[in-house]
Amino acid sequence: MFNTALSWSDLAFLAQGAGMTLAVTAVSVAAGTVLGILFGVIRFQVGPYWAAPLTFVLDVFRSVPLLIQLVLGNALQAIMKLGWAPFTTSCVVLSLYTAAYCTEIVRGGIDSVPTNTRRAARSLGMSWFQDMRYIVAPLAVRVSLPSWIGLTLGVMKDSALVLWLGLIELLRASQILVTRLQEPLFILLICGAIYFIISLPIARLGGYLEKRWSPND
Amino acid sequence: MIEIENVRKSFGSLEVLKGINLTVAKGEVVTIIGGSGSGKSTLLTCINGLEPIDSGRIKIDGTEVHARSTDLNKLRQKVGIVFQQWNAFPHLTVLENVMLAPRKVLGLSQEKAEEIAVKQLTHVGLAEKLAVYPNRMSGGQQQRMAIARALAMSPTYMLFDEVTSALDPMLVGEVLDTLRMLASEGMTMICVTHEMKFAREVSDRVAFFHQGVMAEIAPPEQLFDAPQNAETKKFLAATH
Repeated sequence: MFNTALSWSDLAFLAQGAGMTLAVTAVSVAAGTVLGILFGVIRFQVGPYWAAPLTFVLDVFRSVPLLIQLVLGNALQAIMKLGWAPFTTSCVVLSLYTAAYCTEIVRGGIDSVPTNTRRAARSLGMSWFQDMRYIVAPLAVRVSLPSWIGLTLGVMKDSALVLWLGLIELLRASQILVTRLQEPLFILLICGAIYFIISLPIARLGGYLEKRWSPND
Repeated sequence: MIEIENVRKSFGSLEVLKGINLTVAKGEVVTIIGGSGSGKSTLLTCINGLEPIDSGRIKIDGTEVHARSTDLNKLRQKVGIVFQQWNAFPHLTVLENVMLAPRKVLGLSQEKAEEIAVKQLTHVGLAEKLAVYPNRMSGGQQQRMAIARALAMSPTYMLFDEVTSALDPMLVGEVLDTLRMLASEGMTMICVTHEMKFAREVSDRVAFFHQGVMAEIAPPEQLFDAPQNAETKKFLAATH
């Protein structure tokens, strides 16, 4: 007979952890996407030569393990006496990490819009901004969406690393329960299921939008 | 009036326009013929400022296209261009394709823009296709849509860059008919084309380009029946 010491209040504790995971992910993906769009447009617009310094910084954020970035980021904010809470530090580091990947996704999306289509838009008297807004953005979003969904899901799982700064998110909450209840398999199973449940709507949203757009392209 | 004065243009070390002079008056139809790489298409993209020029001057109704002070977005409203590849906006329906620039560039109301778009699409024979997405249409239909899209801005001048070259031979006729109709309505047009019969029919003057130089320009009867330039003769002999 299956027997567990896991109580309802423990489940509520896990839910709170999941809430923290969602909060860190939402803030980081939102900020990272805004920055990624900005950097992506800059990279596309100024060309590889002028964008080299930006590309270098983004490459650093893409290649150094996130855990190291978090620990160094935390130490840096302490040295600079910024007095950031762990939540702020986590979101700042994760946002830059997300932005580094998002920049490439955005650049690739813009790149996928044929030059001739953009010329046609400009030849109708549209400004650079109007071309970006009404032609490039909708077409680039269609191309970039699957990668962006993948990035978002990746960041959500990677956000578990913020436990090293003391934030009690889903994985940390599970660890605490494992230590107390000594039922690692069962608790990690629940933890995994919760990750799956919060990922599912995001993954499905991507599928839904792709289906909605596909008959036109 | 479009005035082209001694225009030179190079891509890298390749000089594609070697001092072109051409004046096109309002209501005139000028066609440009010539082999590939003779600079015909480049000239059109220079006229509406999509390409910079190295020297010389292009003026449209007195406004210098490549002057720093010129608002190109505004100037382009006067000069429609249709390309060899029709470049439909694939995420918009046919009606939306045509309405977009009148809405956003001219700032017309939804109703007014739709009225203009429907009128132009009917004009080119696409009244049945308003709600269709471009990829559901043939190349000829998409090209006619591109023409309607340019016309919806009520341009004074229209530039056509080999608009039938990418089309199935079966579909060339419908697009040429649209151009004939525009010419008969008095639209000022510069057409780059390989369709000699069409050029002879609609043009007031035909220009022959050869290696970046306008080798000859004359009324169609003269250019086709009694060409003066040796290169023109060679070209026409090869295409007949």
